[in-house]
Amino acid sequence: MNPRILGRAGAYLVLLAGAVISLVPFYWMAVAATHHTADLFGSPPPFMPGGALMDNLSRLQNEHRFGRVVVNSLGVALVYTVLSSLISAMCGYGLAKYSFRGRGILLGVVLATMMIPMQVLLVPLFQMMANLGWTDTYQAVILPFLANAFGIFLMRQAFLAFPDELIESARIDGASDMRIFYQVVLPGVRPQLGALIIFTFMSQWNSFIWPLLMLNTEEKFTVPIALNQMIGLSHVDYSGLMLGSFVATLPIMIVFFVFQRQFVAGLLGGAVKG
Amino acid sequence: MAVVQTESAKRESVPAGDAPRPRRRRISLTHWWFTGPATVLFVAFFAYPLLASIYQSFTADQDGVTVWVGLRQYRRLVQDPVLLQSLVNTAMLLVIQVPVMIGLALVLAGVLNASWLRFRGGWRMVYFLPAVTTLVAYSVVFRVLLKTDGGMVNQMLDGIGIGGVDWLNDATWARISLILSITWRWTGYNAVILLAGLQAIGREQYEAASIDGAGAVTTFVRVIVPQLKPVILFCSITSTIGTLQLFDENYVLTRGGPDNATMTPVLYLYKVGFDQMDFGYAAAIAWVVVLLIGLVSLVQFRLLGKGAR
Repeated sequence: MNPRILGRAGAYLVLLAGAVISLVPFYWMAVAATHHTADLFGSPPPFMPGGALMDNLSRLQNEHRFGRVVVNSLGVALVYTVLSSLISAMCGYGLAKYSFRGRGILLGVVLATMMIPMQVLLVPLFQMMANLGWTDTYQAVILPFLANAFGIFLMRQAFLAFPDELIESARIDGASDMRIFYQVVLPGVRPQLGALIIFTFMSQWNSFIWPLLMLNTEEKFTVPIALNQMIGLSHVDYSGLMLGSFVATLPIMIVFFVFQRQFVAGLLGGAVKG
Repeated sequence: MAVVQTESAKRESVPAGDAPRPRRRRISLTHWWFTGPATVLFVAFFAYPLLASIYQSFTADQDGVTVWVGLRQYRRLVQDPVLLQSLVNTAMLLVIQVPVMIGLALVLAGVLNASWLRFRGGWRMVYFLPAVTTLVAYSVVFRVLLKTDGGMVNQMLDGIGIGGVDWLNDATWARISLILSITWRWTGYNAVILLAGLQAIGREQYEAASIDGAGAVTTFVRVIVPQLKPVILFCSITSTIGTLQLFDENYVLTRGGPDNATMTPVLYLYKVGFDQMDFGYAAAIAWVVVLLIGLVSLVQFRLLGKGAR
């Protein structure tokens, strides 16, 4: 047989095997969410969706108030995303389009926060929140990581490429600095802003270690914290856990499918040109 | 990032307007409207805790009072078997998991870049998917897949006649489980980055090499990979930093067990700080992590960075 065709077939086979490995955990998560725990570890394990989705859903709701948990997660992620994206975009704009004393220092701090792992800050931040009496509150979850270095840097790069002439002409027309920012500049960097918003939402939705430290009351849990608590119980509700994981993954997957391009751009940052 | 920065350097010195001096001074205060909020947040939640953490690493709690103990916490580090174990575990991940993953990602990226490939976008999406899942959710799924009695993986092993494995409770297998789950999540992510790098190289080089009679694999290894060095460096450094900061995966999968076989420095600092409330020692561990990240990144930069330009 033609060696070229053989080579291509081999390559497709490798790709297919990799794709199956990529997808099986997702598929199994969805299947497991529709079966009773007792059936999950039977022999053979279920391969097709079952009929226990509603049972699992109501148990998840009754025993873990999962609806509340999802609303908490969405609320925290949305508030964080709006505030953090805005603060990052504003700071990026200030750094890109104004010259002022201390600009170099501020940029240096932004870069430093990207280099220094947040784990260093965990203990002092924890004590700070305890001293403020903010433990077990959402402001303690949201505030410390609101100024996002990656986002500021991303937006600074975007604004640097924005033509100064447009800003100048708007200024001559008598627009205030804030107005120029919101009505002239921001619409001009929509793709990068989209990437920033997606990235910010995802990082908060997935955030684990900090909310784990801050939130103690079950009613305030976010999805990752609730899942973590469920797996630590002496009697683990596996199908509920799989359904919960599915719910945790779903919003991000939807965002991913809809905004694939911005998504990849956001995650890769400025790593690669093109 | 370096690519973008050169562009920025050119514009850096261009002021916002050509206004005469007194007006520029007025403008120079307006920037606070934009940079003020972030600056305040950085001072409060980055600079202050950072300094506090340095100070803290020289203190200890004695009967509820924080006292200065000099280098005592750092001396403890040297004799701590659990910390040593966590560093050995991390080194093992760095030596085994990261190269295997980057290698796999490179192969995937090479195939995904082939000119004859159909549905490139679809494949890329499937491979990228694991990277977007919630860390905790995917760790939970792996925990269930790898369950010793009746977990899917063990059932399949049984099915083909190999006995099941005690994935999460045996030291060696727990490490392998951790490696498998991290590799599952991040290989496609790195492949997509490498693919973007490959696409920037362009097709002419493949064609030139194939006219010279080189096969596809030879071309890829000899001609393409050397040019991809900066991107490979980027992937290696981000993966290394990620490994040095590993927490979520092993916390959910094994809680660092059995017998600290999957303990990592950050999980250890979490336990020391928040289970044992030993804040001074936790701060010292944190600075070890910072130092390691700096060092390893520097070494990688030196090793791989040579000839990258």
